[in-house]
Amino acid sequence: MSLLEVSDLRVSFRTTDGEVQAVRGVSFDLEPGRTLGIVGESGSGKSVCTQTLLGLTTGARVTGSARFEGEDLLTMGEDALRQVRGARIAAIFQDPLSSLHPLYRVGWQIVEMIRAHEPVSRAVARRRAIELLGAVGIPHPAQRIDDYPHQFSGGMRQRALIAMALALDPRLVIADEPTTALDATVQAQILDLLLRLQQENGMALIMITHDLGVIAGLADEVLVMYAGRIAERADRRGLYYRAHHPYTNGLLESIPASSGAGARLRPIPGQPPSLIRLPSGCAFHPRCAFAMDRCRNEQPELAAVEEDSRHRSACWLPSHLLGTNEQVKQEREAASAAGRVVEEGVA
Amino acid sequence: MSDDTRANESGEALIEVRAAVKHFPIKQGVIVKREVGRVHAVEGVSLAVRRGETLGLVGETGCGKSTLARCVTRLHQLTSGQILFEGQDITGLSRSQVRPYRRRMQMIFQDPYGSLNPRRRVGSIIGDPFAIHGEGERDERKPKVQELMELVGLNPEHYNRFPAEFSGGQRQRIGVARALALKPSLIVADEPVSALDVSIQAQIINLLDDLQQEFGLTYLFISHDLSVVRHVSDRIAVMYLGQVVELADSEELHGRPRHPYTNALLSAASVADPDQAAARQRIVLTGDVPSPVAPPSGCRFHPRCPKAQQICVEQVPALKARSGDPDTHLTACHFPVEPGEDLTRVTATIPEEERAE
Repeated sequence: MSLLEVSDLRVSFRTTDGEVQAVRGVSFDLEPGRTLGIVGESGSGKSVCTQTLLGLTTGARVTGSARFEGEDLLTMGEDALRQVRGARIAAIFQDPLSSLHPLYRVGWQIVEMIRAHEPVSRAVARRRAIELLGAVGIPHPAQRIDDYPHQFSGGMRQRALIAMALALDPRLVIADEPTTALDATVQAQILDLLLRLQQENGMALIMITHDLGVIAGLADEVLVMYAGRIAERADRRGLYYRAHHPYTNGLLESIPASSGAGARLRPIPGQPPSLIRLPSGCAFHPRCAFAMDRCRNEQPELAAVEEDSRHRSACWLPSHLLGTNEQVKQEREAASAAGRVVEEGVA
Repeated sequence: MSDDTRANESGEALIEVRAAVKHFPIKQGVIVKREVGRVHAVEGVSLAVRRGETLGLVGETGCGKSTLARCVTRLHQLTSGQILFEGQDITGLSRSQVRPYRRRMQMIFQDPYGSLNPRRRVGSIIGDPFAIHGEGERDERKPKVQELMELVGLNPEHYNRFPAEFSGGQRQRIGVARALALKPSLIVADEPVSALDVSIQAQIINLLDDLQQEFGLTYLFISHDLSVVRHVSDRIAVMYLGQVVELADSEELHGRPRHPYTNALLSAASVADPDQAAARQRIVLTGDVPSPVAPPSGCRFHPRCPKAQQICVEQVPALKARSGDPDTHLTACHFPVEPGEDLTRVTATIPEEERAE
């Protein structure tokens, strides 16, 4: 049985400007001990998706289901959800400064977290907190446990949050841009730490990021999200070497180092759409170099693009066109031209 | 470096920084403010940006790269040292004296949300430089501003909109248009793409590239992201705790990094390629960057350096060409990394306790 099974999740918010459709039918599953990367730009719905699982999107209209160890997180009562959250599903957020209360000592916050879920004494919880801080690489944990958050550096705060997340030995950790606010060398430390802890504890990990480079080394499977939907799902190698969706390929080609110094970057033109007034058909078509007539009217569903694998893409282009080598690019051009000719002839 | 090349270099330098030092006093006390310490933000930096080139400045939070940039454009006054613009010393000039230089060096900032006044219309934000420098009458400005908007890829009809009506990438274009208004020679870009999404980031990088080609601009490009810096820069200076630790041509620096810190920084940069990510050895540095209030003695990197020896604690290494390197590749290290050397296997020869904080 999958640890987490999300099916047809839809989340929308009502605002004075209209209904914001943040997540529009997302389904995925996650096996115990595996790492799932969710990649997307601002407004792609990647964070809303996981916050909804934790019951953190108050005021949103949510439909679909999210079964965690067999129970649906979306229909669970507030009390039951509180038992799951923190204990069996833990979260690590981007900004470690705003995730810690500035007026309480770091250790106190970890101890409270443990005692909220388990009937242990303060002394026992404190010993466990010291152990945890040591395990995540904070030097002199027995002294530093009495520090306030501002006495920690950015990297140490993120370590403290990881310690807190792991305190109750969760089965699933959701890390939402855990290294985005950190410097490169510290980012490397934190990623190594997460990977090591995952191997030791056997927990599953959902890693949300806008940076394809961050998860290249650690995700088993990757979801690429665009405008509230999954554009492509593939294992790591499939995604980086044999991407099907033009958006995925566009993201990969936008990364500076990939094209060698001095070479011109090939950015995706335009900008992500408004989630209130979404384009018809495929939401990506206004920015897509290969958009066909069909793309304007019909929304593509996720469909298999490779045999014998879980590689899926939501795009109308022929499924065998994978990757970005020149021949494939030409075939893709040809296919997309063919998809336009018919209707242009009619017009 | 021979005297010949030095003369040659200062001849083509658009802006030159000589032994720049910038300290910020830390004051305490309610009525009488006493200085209780100093943040050593920039400590003896010398470098030159040549006309038409892009010099990349990389380093982590708190390394002094932004402070240096602000000193170059005279937003901060140096504690000591000199700034030369086309050979003219502009360090001690007064506000009004520095103004003619100001229009020739402009800045682009990181935060496209914080650097634009939300209550003013975009047209008047971009037109500000004209007003400040008394260029053209009010009614002549509008066509100029619209021309600029078109140049950076904004719709000129949006002249009367407010910043809030634009996306992050478009706002950064507004910042670029404002910087270009007075046709500057030098643009100091402080993390211009760090706050943007990947696909938008690539758009802005291409825009900056086009503008450089078209107007022969010189860039001082600051970023913490090595892959971005590598892409845009002709030469790169790596900073650590207020000092330049390595300076070289972009490809040279990536191909043969000599300073252990540069090596660590390069190995920590994320790569969007699973096979490369799996194959490479990360040099994971221990600890955090020390406080610039009390920087370590000797080489400032020694408490975290895998190659540190006793001399590193005692002596500051000079920034100079090391044996085997071209004249243009400068490294400030007593024991530069040899090609093929595996830093992940090196352990420092001095015990932890002797590493002065």
